[in-house]
Amino acid sequence: MHGFANPARFLRLARWMTPLLLAVGLVLVIAALAYSYTSMPPDRLMGDSVKILPIHVAVSWLGMGGWTTIAIASLVELVWRHPLAAIAARAAAVPGAVFAFLCLATGSIWGRPTWGTWWVWDGRLTSMLVLLFLYFGYIALSGALAREGSSSRIAAIFGLVGAINVPIINRSVVWWNSLHQPPSLTMGNSAIDAVYLYPLGASTLGFSCLFGAIMLMRMRMLLADMQADARLRRKAMMAAEEEFA
Amino acid sequence: MREAWDMMLFVNGAYALTIMVTVAVIAWSWTAMRRAEARRDAARGEGARGQ
Repeated sequence: MHGFANPARFLRLARWMTPLLLAVGLVLVIAALAYSYTSMPPDRLMGDSVKILPIHVAVSWLGMGGWTTIAIASLVELVWRHPLAAIAARAAAVPGAVFAFLCLATGSIWGRPTWGTWWVWDGRLTSMLVLLFLYFGYIALSGALAREGSSSRIAAIFGLVGAINVPIINRSVVWWNSLHQPPSLTMGNSAIDAVYLYPLGASTLGFSCLFGAIMLMRMRMLLADMQADARLRRKAMMAAEEEFA
Repeated sequence: MREAWDMMLFVNGAYALTIMVTVAVIAWSWTAMRRAEARRDAARGEGARGQ
């Protein structure tokens, strides 16, 4: 893992990984959503609204996956002082927040025709909304610390503490009564028919590739900004030294 | 009385929102990355001229 601690080595890898993940992600997502929209049969209870499943479930997992990425990167930063870990955590926050927002929005759209309401304050929906607010807090905090040139350790601790919400979201439909259905997919078992499961698998893989591509783009942006700032600072110092000499 | 929902209206809304937001965040991240890399290359060029 420390092999990737070198930003130059990371950039060499990221330069070809970014377009590759983007292309694979777009192909998979377009194929999965096109199939789901045109050919997925209606569900006995939910009717045609089941076509929302490959979007809603995939973005929900990635909303939680984004914070899991932040927590792992924060741990790596605090324990091993990996120089790219803080950048990786910051880069995962924006796509994580976007997918958490899409989870809430598509869930709300799906809830209206199936539950008869846009929103209920139950365990699943509320804990997911808390996750979105945690993302907003993390983005604001890590951005402010970076602008001030302060240590990112406070943001890393926030990332680790916020991770407590991820298992709460996951188990919320088991612990509390909810309009939301219990888990349909558990380790090795699926209550979802193959006709819905395969498009869900393809869209999850596709959105995961897009998540990876967005995260790499944002890591490259943060690294480039840091390198530009360092060069401009060095240049300003050299100019000041020449002036005094 | 149970209301009759046009399910496709909700499906269309969910698909349109997801596609628009995903495309927007990809375009924003790509543009921000290219702009930052151009700024770094410009700073590198200025640094090289200064040495």
